[in-house]
Amino acid sequence: MNNELQAQRRKQATLARRNVYLETPKTESFFEAMTEEQRAEFFRRSKKISLANERRRNINHKILTALGIIVASIAALLAIIPIFFTFLNSFMSSDEIVDNYGVIFNSLSGYASGGATFLSKTPTLKLVPQQVTFEQYKNLLFMSPTYLLKFWNSFVLVVPIVAGQMIVACLASYSFARYRRKRREVLFFSYIILMLMPFQVTLVPNYMISDKLGILNTEWAIILPGVFSTFSIFLLTKYMRQIPSAYIEAAKLDGANEWQIFIHIALPTCKSAIYALVILLFIDYWNMVEQPLVLLTDPDKQPLSVFLSQINSAEIGIAFAASALYMIPPLLIFLRGEEYLVEGISRSGVK
Amino acid sequence: MGKYTDFTQADTTVENKAATVESVSSKKQKRSNAITAVNEDPAVRKAIKSKKLKLRRRRKFLEWGEFTLYLLPSLAGVVIFFFWPLVKLIKTSFQRSSTNTDFVGFTNYSRTISNEAFVKAAKNTLTFAAISVPLAVILALLLALLLNSGLPGKSVFRSILLNPMMVPVASIVLIWQVFFSYNGVLNGWFADWFGADPVDWMKSSKAQVVIMLLFLWKNLGYNMVLFLAALNNIPTEVIESAKMDGANALTRFFRIKMYYLSPTVFFVAIMSLISSFKIFREVYLLTGDYPYDTLYMLQHFMNNAFTHLDYSKLSSGAIIMCVAMIIIVGVLFFAESKFDADVEE
Repeated sequence: MNNELQAQRRKQATLARRNVYLETPKTESFFEAMTEEQRAEFFRRSKKISLANERRRNINHKILTALGIIVASIAALLAIIPIFFTFLNSFMSSDEIVDNYGVIFNSLSGYASGGATFLSKTPTLKLVPQQVTFEQYKNLLFMSPTYLLKFWNSFVLVVPIVAGQMIVACLASYSFARYRRKRREVLFFSYIILMLMPFQVTLVPNYMISDKLGILNTEWAIILPGVFSTFSIFLLTKYMRQIPSAYIEAAKLDGANEWQIFIHIALPTCKSAIYALVILLFIDYWNMVEQPLVLLTDPDKQPLSVFLSQINSAEIGIAFAASALYMIPPLLIFLRGEEYLVEGISRSGVK
Repeated sequence: MGKYTDFTQADTTVENKAATVESVSSKKQKRSNAITAVNEDPAVRKAIKSKKLKLRRRRKFLEWGEFTLYLLPSLAGVVIFFFWPLVKLIKTSFQRSSTNTDFVGFTNYSRTISNEAFVKAAKNTLTFAAISVPLAVILALLLALLLNSGLPGKSVFRSILLNPMMVPVASIVLIWQVFFSYNGVLNGWFADWFGADPVDWMKSSKAQVVIMLLFLWKNLGYNMVLFLAALNNIPTEVIESAKMDGANALTRFFRIKMYYLSPTVFFVAIMSLISSFKIFREVYLLTGDYPYDTLYMLQHFMNNAFTHLDYSKLSSGAIIMCVAMIIIVGVLFFAESKFDADVEE
């Protein structure tokens, strides 16, 4: 009886609900109020508007992209033109160079006395040589042994510094990364401060110690402080601290000692950083001017970077070839290891 | 990444945290108690305990020794070539001269600070850094944002813009002279197009602008790569959800991207600061030992002091610069941590 009653009530409620629903007047939407033709018209119009919007957005996007490409291209052109310019000019004959730019360097020779005079003849900027010759290179390589000597000097200075610093830095940063105690952190911090010091500060101590050790005016006065520079230790430590501890734990469980962990885990993981550092260090020391000026007073031992600044108007004919030749080693290294460099730099900045 | 949360966490020996060591040792004691419960003789227990302690100390020492061994080459070199001479330098800076070891107090310092050439050099160097470092940061950031905005050929542009970094300054100086000397190409163009009077770029107040261009040309690529990496590391979901909430590009940049970029901005600023102190190279290669007034950099001052081997001038000058550098970096550090704290609130 109870069940019957419930069923009855449910039925009533359903009916009531249905009635309410039926009794509410059907709302006529904007859409439904339209006739067939109006509806079609409405569809057509809204389609058109949305299409136009999309087109406008596309055009805007295209314009923006084009603008971006133009700006980026200008930046890229500005970046690359001086390099191209040097290379192209190095294929000109000496006469052509003197003809084009002689006027610049003629007025430069009176530079120290402060009397730069404006000559009526303006130099002509030429990208493409009239006639491609290797005259400059020939002169440079076979006629002027000083250039070759300086070129060799640069290598003698840079290669040991880069190799030495990498070995020392890998070992030291492994230690800094694996053994973290309070005193080590203090030492590491002092390394960072040392890294931040400009040459103006570090050159004086270098000079004093070289003087004391009697290596002043030899290559060692530059190579030894270079080897112990702390820049790469800073970056490599940052890298090695990112090695997941699980790797090292696993290796330890397998019975690896520290040296094996260093060789088989730490070094391979930091491969890109090591490549990047080699490139960065190479260009940095290939570029050096301050140290040789102060620590190497013997001009026969100075690298090409110092020598190139002493171009006078008589040597202008081969100056472009010398500059181009000097650019080639770092550019080759760059082309070889660009992706490593980019990856290395990228990860160095991320905390 | 927290300072102590890396893989070294796994190391069980934590020397400088006394509490941890204590708890570990008390645990070990309990264990040893359990083991030696059979042996009630206190003397034997003590002996076992001291032996264990010795073993632990030995292991700790071995660990210390091994890692010190790795550090040793670098530490020896750094101490010999940097730290020890720096200490000596501080000593000489208080002496009358390198031969006369009378203590003269701060006389050398006051003499250096009142030295006209030093003041000029310091002013020029600082002005250069103050203008070119922010420019290098901002322009590089803009370039990175441009390249990151879905531009086709991003990697091509990146490697082209990175090229100047790899070019030695000495090679590029020639071109700069061709463009900027008094009879140079740029003056020629200006005269042709606008009938402008020639500007003596390298020997006027514009000289710093020329050097700045060279600095930016060289350093923008490196900074840009750093920023590109940081931009790639911003989680896309955050940007997407901000977009959904109706944040426009500017808001997205200042409210979200800047938060993720701030450590990189700091890093880039420090790196640019270091290279801005190296600008002597460019100046020297362009203009030689005696440049125009506004290009007289600190290194010129030091080189002059080196030629006379004026140790009191050299040492006091170097120490002043060292202190100044530490202060500048300290201020940057402070600003960065403050900015970070502000953002995280």
